[in-house]
Amino acid sequence: MSSASLSLSRDDRPILIAALFILVILVAGTIYTFARFGSAPLLSPAYLLQQLQIGAFLGIVSAGMMMVILIAQIDLSVPWTLAGAAMMATTIGGPLAIPVGLGVGLLVGLINGIGVAYLRVPSMIFTLGVNAVMRGLMVAHTGGYAPQTGATDLMRMLAGDRTLGIPNALFVWIAVSVLVTIVLQRTTLGRYVYAIGNKEAAAYLAGVDTRRITVICFVLCGVAAALAGVLLAGYSTKAYQGMGDAYLLPSIAAVVIGGTNILGGRGRYLGTLIGVVLIVLLNSVLSIMDMPEAGRQVIYGLVIIFMLLVYGRGERVTS
Amino acid sequence: MLDDVAIRIRQNIGIVTAVLLFSILYLLYNLAHPKGFSSAVLVQNGDEIFALAMLAMAQTVPVLASGLDLSVGAVMTMVGCFASYLLTGAAGGSPLHLEIFGLHLGLGIFPGGVSGILLGIVICLATGALAGFVNGCVVVYGRIQPIIATLATGAVYIGIALFLRPTPGGKIDEDLNWALTNSLGDFAATVHIFDDGGAGWFAPVAWIPVPFVLLVLIALLVWVPFRRSVLGRAVYAVGSAEGAAYMSGLPIERAKIAAFTLAGFFAGCGGLFLAIQTSSGNADIPQAGAYTLNSIASVVIGGTSLLGGTGSAIGSIFGAMVLRVISFFFRIFDIAPLLQPLFEGLILLAAVSIGALGVLRVKNTLELFR
Repeated sequence: MSSASLSLSRDDRPILIAALFILVILVAGTIYTFARFGSAPLLSPAYLLQQLQIGAFLGIVSAGMMMVILIAQIDLSVPWTLAGAAMMATTIGGPLAIPVGLGVGLLVGLINGIGVAYLRVPSMIFTLGVNAVMRGLMVAHTGGYAPQTGATDLMRMLAGDRTLGIPNALFVWIAVSVLVTIVLQRTTLGRYVYAIGNKEAAAYLAGVDTRRITVICFVLCGVAAALAGVLLAGYSTKAYQGMGDAYLLPSIAAVVIGGTNILGGRGRYLGTLIGVVLIVLLNSVLSIMDMPEAGRQVIYGLVIIFMLLVYGRGERVTS
Repeated sequence: MLDDVAIRIRQNIGIVTAVLLFSILYLLYNLAHPKGFSSAVLVQNGDEIFALAMLAMAQTVPVLASGLDLSVGAVMTMVGCFASYLLTGAAGGSPLHLEIFGLHLGLGIFPGGVSGILLGIVICLATGALAGFVNGCVVVYGRIQPIIATLATGAVYIGIALFLRPTPGGKIDEDLNWALTNSLGDFAATVHIFDDGGAGWFAPVAWIPVPFVLLVLIALLVWVPFRRSVLGRAVYAVGSAEGAAYMSGLPIERAKIAAFTLAGFFAGCGGLFLAIQTSSGNADIPQAGAYTLNSIASVVIGGTSLLGGTGSAIGSIFGAMVLRVISFFFRIFDIAPLLQPLFEGLILLAAVSIGALGVLRVKNTLELFR
């Protein structure tokens, strides 16, 4: 234990390095803008708040994704859960819009969970199928065109407006974050989640209803994706086709960059938070630099590999 | 003897199911099609199946080693973009140049004609294999989980594809396109062999579509020898028990790198064919993603376990064919295009759920948590 108190713990190191990398991005981006435009927008609070407002959607999706990755599963149905929730919410409208949207996420999560936990279909393939079904339902529902219905005032208020100069979406993200942190660190559910991620058979033998916990994790992930969809529809005042496509891979990347083991059982929520901020800032610096899409993709991939090479290396299997 | 057959079938129940499912579906399709059982229909289907079948084979090899390759679609797209520059077949060659950060670099002239096309094909396939090799090195020496490592390298490959083709374009030699996407008879006529395909002995096989021949050739000349080699067996061993494979002194690291390299090669074959078929290079990100996800679905339908260690690339080819035939049916039965994605998803879910009904027979719950 004495060496552990000197060096950082296994879970803290990724978080610290990712945070340092955020500083590097900020400094490098500021040097660039200063040299080219003679200004430093990256350091202005207004700009940062705006970026975080956009990042809130990714943040909420990532929070849900983390619950699923922690139990060594994955949810590929996020894109159309998000879009489906947004489309149903705008279709229903009125005071029921948000509950219906979240209900879509709950239902999708329930189906995913039952398929993965009780039918034991690999989550990779089951959630892929559910994503296709959701896409099919939404294409049939909208006729393949952009939905004509708009977001309700409450949705716009939650996603687009500001309170005391701080975007409301940020408050929602903070609320989700606090909730996830409490669940993971202070509840038996959180302990079970880590236990299942480490070894499901052991958790089962210890008396945990692992299948029920798995369903709960998928439901949480579905509801988080739906919440992000409802907010995103509010932010852009309407739902649109393919609105969730840009959230699947970045959310997995954010969780992993934050130090969560893709094989489950290890990782802290703070890391995911930092991972989201890192990706959002990287994106905004790249768009300030007018980087074409090709360069963005390359840099994006290299950053993930670099971060994982620094702290995400696995153990060598020797027995 | 019969017992032996029964045991073989039980051991390969996944692939047998896929073959049966495909045979029944394809028979029904041809019966329902007004021009069923004709060479024209076969050729069209072969062209539509080939790229996905190659990606399914590509996905199988890492999956057998219990890794997943999320970059197969990206490698396919990148190789297709390379092909759209190298396979123009223009007489006198085509000049290549590179524009990077405002600099304009001439790279000389790439040879045209038949020798140029052959060289281009070799370079394209080598590019695919190289991309796979890089994946393998990142996974083995970087010790990063395959799923996340290939997610990242896939982004890099898509970036390179976008750099090569920011907008769809390029050109593929027309003769090459014609020769490879039609029947064997057309192939012989285009490359002037067997009396331009008119030789008497050649007539009985002239109707076979070239893509099917290529598929069989690649399976027999690449996959089968690999599966029987030490490396191929090591891939299976790594997938079923990595620790045991290590203790048995198998070349684990080389097996993993070989698995990813072979995946890159197969994905490169798919990208090359797709470029030849469409006569252009297109850095289409949604298409790359769709192909990657469909390759995983094909692998599962083809009877390969995502946990690794059991299955075969041949099964995955049939898995890919089952997926494609399902979409052929939409054309026949006039199902509204809007409902097609819904049916595709439902059929995929139904297929994997039925396959999973075995869990209901499990007596000891512990057996579920493998």
